[in-house]
Amino acid sequence: MPVKIYAGTEVTVNDEGFFTDPQQWREDMAPEIAAENDISALTEPHWQVVKFMRHEYAEKGTGPSVRALSKTSGVSIKELYELFPKGPAKLAAKIAGIPKPRGCI
Amino acid sequence: MVKRVVVLGGGTGGTLIANRLRRQLAVDDVITVVDRDGEHLYQPGLLFVPFGKIRAESITRSRARQLHGGVGYHQSGAERVDIDASRVHLEDGTVLPYDALVIATGAALLPGETEGLAEATERGKAFTFYDMAGAVALRDALARFDGGRIAVNVVDMPIKCPVAPIEFSFLADWYFRSRGIRERVELTFVTPLDGAFTKAVCNRELSGMLDGKGVQLVTEFNTGEVDADGGRLVSFDGREVGFDLAVTVPVHGGQAYVGRSPGLGDALGFIPADERTLQAKASPNVFVIGDAADIRASKAGSVAHFEGEILTRNIASFLRGQPLSASFDGHTNCFIESGFGKALLIDFNYDTEPVTGRFPGRIGLPLLRESRLNHLGKLAFQWLYWHMLLPGRDIPGIGADMPLAGKRLGAPAAAGSPVGSLTGTRERA
Repeated sequence: MPVKIYAGTEVTVNDEGFFTDPQQWREDMAPEIAAENDISALTEPHWQVVKFMRHEYAEKGTGPSVRALSKTSGVSIKELYELFPKGPAKLAAKIAGIPKPRGCI
Repeated sequence: MVKRVVVLGGGTGGTLIANRLRRQLAVDDVITVVDRDGEHLYQPGLLFVPFGKIRAESITRSRARQLHGGVGYHQSGAERVDIDASRVHLEDGTVLPYDALVIATGAALLPGETEGLAEATERGKAFTFYDMAGAVALRDALARFDGGRIAVNVVDMPIKCPVAPIEFSFLADWYFRSRGIRERVELTFVTPLDGAFTKAVCNRELSGMLDGKGVQLVTEFNTGEVDADGGRLVSFDGREVGFDLAVTVPVHGGQAYVGRSPGLGDALGFIPADERTLQAKASPNVFVIGDAADIRASKAGSVAHFEGEILTRNIASFLRGQPLSASFDGHTNCFIESGFGKALLIDFNYDTEPVTGRFPGRIGLPLLRESRLNHLGKLAFQWLYWHMLLPGRDIPGIGADMPLAGKRLGAPAAAGSPVGSLTGTRERA
């Protein structure tokens, strides 16, 4: 497993950069992960989404889809893409230190 | 004491669970199936309607007549479920109290969730084959189509029968070849997934087949808008795919009454449930079967079929006050029609991804490989559906638990993957 250093602490991630152990995540790591993914500053709406992702993961064992994220948070999908241009659910999951969201076929 | 079981929804799951429960429960126990309309549609048949391979009338029958004597049928839409009071309120004003409730109301198509899709549909630029009216309109549009760009577009997951849009692409290739105009038609499969099917072995096979048939593949495309005027699909991240005719699979969600029933469903209107016992998280006396459930399994008729056997035992145990001992393994079985009278078959569960081999045992239908036998199997299945599956009879050799015999397991792609990524999971954007 690849190892990364965020906020001075070593964490394990998978090949795509998602945390393998969400327990290793701390809030002060989030801005560094965001910067690596071309988000230079985490604004209040970014943080709301990141915290919501962690909450959903804790409750359900997986991050939500973009649509579920939009419905539950009240932020439109378009706005979510403005916040996280490369794909809200995936990018927010990465910054929130949870595994890549899975869904069912 | 007499027990009352209410089954909401008289489709595949609702019909077969009611019929199975009728045999399992005491004769005095009351089973009532509720549905908003009287026609039972054989949904796997919809795929063939646009190509004129099946007549629309031949795939619908009376709902009530698929139910055993001794099962009540009440025609009305559902208004809401009152979980705390264990009552269902119907649109016609009836209130049905229950000891056990089975949610079998499937998934709804929500074209309104995608900007421009309703308008494009109205103007004859976009079609879906996921309902009868759409499939018939698409049949007429395809018959008129004599060249141009066709985009087959899955808007978002989850959807019913995730292989159907791929099958549609295969059949479209065949259809235009038969008409001698294939070289004038550009076919593109546009999906939010990161591959045709995402799961290693199956994805390789299906992507290779799309390629071999000259169908272009556009992945990780999250459709934000269907632009009828410009003839283009636009993704949320600004990419575009042009079309002259769009075949869309609209966003799916749960039925509207779920949203009016506090505590019952999730944000999309599906019902969170224990993926093994099929008991809803909302309440111990609520159970789910088929597409309505928010579990890891595919939204497919075979899933409802295999769940039926498990759920019948669990509901009977629940009504006797015993622990729920039957466990669903995620078993799914799908024929994938590939055109030219051939089909593939895949068989998998929560822990085992689709692999090669044979089904149900060493002597049987070939898995994950095109064959005429599988196509015949797909055609024969409609008879099994009406005469074995809906009445709740066991189909010999095909049980709820996924068979391991005949499967080539331990293929490199299957080894070492975590459970959660095996049975057709997807990455979400």
